[in-house]
Amino acid sequence: MTAPILYDNPGPKARRRILIGSIVGMGLILGLIAYVLVKLAGNGQLEGQRWAVLFDPRSSVPQFLADGLVATLQVAALGMVLATILGALLAFGRLSDHRWVRIPVTAFIEFFRAVPLLVVIFAAFLLPPSFGVPISAYAALVVGLTLYNGAVIAEIVRAGILSIDRGQSEAAYGIGMRKWQVMTSILLPQAIRRMLPVLIAQLVVLLKDSSLGFIIGYFELLRSARSLVEFFRVDFGDQYSFQIYVAAALIYILVNVILSIFARWLDKRLARSKKSPEGEGEALPLTVEQFSVGGGANTTL
Amino acid sequence: MGFLIDNIDLFISAFGQTLLISALAGLLALVLGTILAAMRVSPVPPLRGLATFYVEVFRNTPLTVVFFFIIFGLPQIDTVVSPLPGAVLAVGLYTSAFVCEAIRSGINSISAGQAEAARAIGLTFSQSLREVVLPQAFRTVVPPLGNVWIAMVKNTSIAAGFFIADLSALLPRLANAAADELIATLIGVVIAYLLITLPSAAVVSRLEKRAAILR
Repeated sequence: MTAPILYDNPGPKARRRILIGSIVGMGLILGLIAYVLVKLAGNGQLEGQRWAVLFDPRSSVPQFLADGLVATLQVAALGMVLATILGALLAFGRLSDHRWVRIPVTAFIEFFRAVPLLVVIFAAFLLPPSFGVPISAYAALVVGLTLYNGAVIAEIVRAGILSIDRGQSEAAYGIGMRKWQVMTSILLPQAIRRMLPVLIAQLVVLLKDSSLGFIIGYFELLRSARSLVEFFRVDFGDQYSFQIYVAAALIYILVNVILSIFARWLDKRLARSKKSPEGEGEALPLTVEQFSVGGGANTTL
Repeated sequence: MGFLIDNIDLFISAFGQTLLISALAGLLALVLGTILAAMRVSPVPPLRGLATFYVEVFRNTPLTVVFFFIIFGLPQIDTVVSPLPGAVLAVGLYTSAFVCEAIRSGINSISAGQAEAARAIGLTFSQSLREVVLPQAFRTVVPPLGNVWIAMVKNTSIAAGFFIADLSALLPRLANAAADELIATLIGVVIAYLLITLPSAAVVSRLEKRAAILR
């Protein structure tokens, strides 16, 4: 259902009302923005020199933020690869014919889907040292992200495989393929196309979740920004705090928007592709279920 | 087990914090998300644009960054929020974007005939939304909204990093105070979260069965 069904094409009177509403709405928004700007200017936050520090290599701010971004991307990239592998293995385990594989794997998946990611990360960070195994914040973050997102991805993969028409696997068995062959050469290639948009949406979530490193003290983007602020506080007080926070947030939003746009583009491309197994079914529904700490279910991605 | 019983007060107060933030933020998110969804399908372009912008920004920002801004950023415009309202605000604002998307997908799932019929008998935009579309949309969005709620309960754990003594905050705290009881603490915290999420899941699936419309 597209929006215009909900209302008639506006006549002259309604158009005037909409125009008035638009002006009032715009006025309110502009007023809010103006209020924030006035407040900021009142505190001297808009002075060019304060923002210049973000781009001045001598202040080492750009380098620090770049290092933070690299650290974020590093942890996210490793987490993405490991979580995808773990997710695929778990999905196979859950679809297994053997009960002694299926039941523990199902319990594993359900457990990690039910526990907050931060708790998993805390556990990965605090448990090994209590057994005398040292673990870095980096490793703890990767382990936490992998376990949690692996469980979510397992469900995505499983849904993808189950969404393939039963005739496909029946036909494959019918021509004498083995179970492994059916899985790898018939079901997976078709399932991957269907689950790719959802999978990428989940990987965007993983990237956002890497910001939790902030809480356990891994020097990702957010932590770098915070430590820069503390560093400057010694000499300059809070002069540059706001600017650095804004810069860190903007970098996050930018990276995520780029990834989301990529996911949307991929979605469209796959929808167009003639090879896709569509026919009657369409791509997997993007469920809000994957919405996790970092958030993005990207329901309408 | 003895350790858990000794510290039961601590666990109960932490559980209360988590529950309180979840309930208040959930309410905020539901109200704000519904308004946003209505804005996104409204005939007034600036409202549509504003709601779309809001949803896109919040869906692409990690919750940690939202927290960060509310706790450390708002004081820069002379608005200091204390940790608890700050946490409610952060989780609520963030979740409302997802509530909006869930409800909007519900609105889109209502067959066009319903809205056409509503219009044909002369209902206005707000009437057809209020009397015809939204009551049906709320039914179809019960499962996604339930999932958003459960995810939000888990998301409140981030408040632990921003001065809130909730369930997750117990972990580092007790890890320092009683290092050898870490596993007991972990089990306690996990059980406390499951106490919220598992019944929620059960309620959602019951509501889902009751609210489902046969089409």
